[in-house]
Amino acid sequence: MIEKTDKSGGHEVRARLPGIFYRKPAPDQPNFKNPGDAVSVGDVLGLIEVMKTFHQVVAERGGVMGDFQVDNEAPIRAGQSLAIIQDQ
Amino acid sequence: MHVKKLLVANRGEIAVRIIRAAEELGIKTVQAFSDADSNSLAVQMADEAVRIGPATASRSYLDVEALLKAAAETGADAVHPGYGFLAENAEFADAVGKAGLLFIGPQSETIRSMGDKATARRIANDAGVPTVPGSDGVLADPDEAQSIAAEVGFPVMVKAAGGGGGRGIRIARDAGELPVIASEAAMEARTAFGSGALYLEKVIEGARHVEVQILGDGTDVVHCFERECSLQRRRQKLWEEAPSEALDDSVRYELCRSAVALAMAVNYRGAGTIEYLHDEKNGEFYFIEMNTRIQVEHPVTEVVTGVDLIAEMISICSGQPLSLKQDDIHIRGHAIEVRINAEDPASQFLPNPGIVEKLQLPDGPGVRFDHMLFQGCEIPPYYDSLLGKLIVSANTRGKAIERLKRAVRELRIDGLKTTAPLFLALADSEPVRSGRIHTDWLESWLESNAHSLCKGTGTAS
Repeated sequence: MIEKTDKSGGHEVRARLPGIFYRKPAPDQPNFKNPGDAVSVGDVLGLIEVMKTFHQVVAERGGVMGDFQVDNEAPIRAGQSLAIIQDQ
Repeated sequence: MHVKKLLVANRGEIAVRIIRAAEELGIKTVQAFSDADSNSLAVQMADEAVRIGPATASRSYLDVEALLKAAAETGADAVHPGYGFLAENAEFADAVGKAGLLFIGPQSETIRSMGDKATARRIANDAGVPTVPGSDGVLADPDEAQSIAAEVGFPVMVKAAGGGGGRGIRIARDAGELPVIASEAAMEARTAFGSGALYLEKVIEGARHVEVQILGDGTDVVHCFERECSLQRRRQKLWEEAPSEALDDSVRYELCRSAVALAMAVNYRGAGTIEYLHDEKNGEFYFIEMNTRIQVEHPVTEVVTGVDLIAEMISICSGQPLSLKQDDIHIRGHAIEVRINAEDPASQFLPNPGIVEKLQLPDGPGVRFDHMLFQGCEIPPYYDSLLGKLIVSANTRGKAIERLKRAVRELRIDGLKTTAPLFLALADSEPVRSGRIHTDWLESWLESNAHSLCKGTGTAS
């Protein structure tokens, strides 16, 4: 996923595709990541459902999980900011 | 009862199709829509439209309360569920009935028994319909899986009883693989379908997918012959035909007769489809499942038989007897349907939502295009990728294929990548032209012909 540096020094995780954003692999399972969790490159942060197919949102840099900008199961646009990864 | 106002509890091209049928029957229509569909073609065409929730399907098209509220607010007296979403949800059918509305589909008990694929298999067996060799209903334990597999021969499929439509299926190649596959399948089934119940079927290699369209009024059942849907990718149909090239008249007769017997066994009311695998090597056919709804590919049947399946469905479900006798239904010519999906066949069928910038529709003799498009319309990413179904017909299959190529070339949808170029390539491929295809054929063809799709023209072998 596309990541950009924001004003506070964190890195924005942006959606590459439009669709529905999911924070967990299945409704009865825990979130992939919660704020405060350690993040390594390649970690799955969420899923985007586009036309009934699922695409992973993968961390392109490591750090600490910051706030999520969108709720679980929220509709999102391509390019929209999904979450922040703070530097370690 | 006579339906006066119909709530369309679906979206996309099928909503448009239902509105058209209702209009011809003199029935007013109410289109339910999510925030993502507020300007859809169906919303524009319906007499009324009512918002049922946000884009997310679980809070709109799958929200039973929101749909019932929409029906109450607009004074609708019937609900058409289309396909997908709540079409085969027995609780929804019950809730619609409890709200005093007519459900345009079968009774909830029929949906429930056919929705449990192991029960459906048992009902088929009892009705004398051949089923794929395998377990008699749900597997009791892993030992039973092993002994039945040994009896019918490997490879075998372990299937979730709560699955269907190609979901919840695992294949075991030999006895060594089976225990692991079976325990994984049970775990997956519990997560995905809420029940770990499994059944087992032999894999029929090189089989074709044929299915019979039936109509029942609760007492009588007629069939509208078969469709062949062997061209599939990831168990999703892309190209459907009627009639099937693989059947001779005696097999066709037996196949359709068995479908009627199964529908009679459950006093079927509504439009339904009974799906089979056909093994060309020995001419045998085997029941796989029954779908208790209208199917995406219903137009090929409408085109070759002249029966309006949606209109018939509405009339039957409102208590009218079948308007047709079996002797009234005949096949004329050959029809082919291809699914125009917002997916890029040149890059692994990546979904391609967006805005339709320029639109030119195919027309002329023998062409029908059931779709949801207009110039400037936005295709949302939240639902399936089906934009429309291009249906062509001619007096022979060969001429229908030529007509398909002409119609695909006429179709222009700028701004989105679609599956259209795939069908030009397929129409020129020798196995498709000669009808020598089976359910695994398209995937292997795609592997070796991906390059021809990148150019967007049909130069494949």
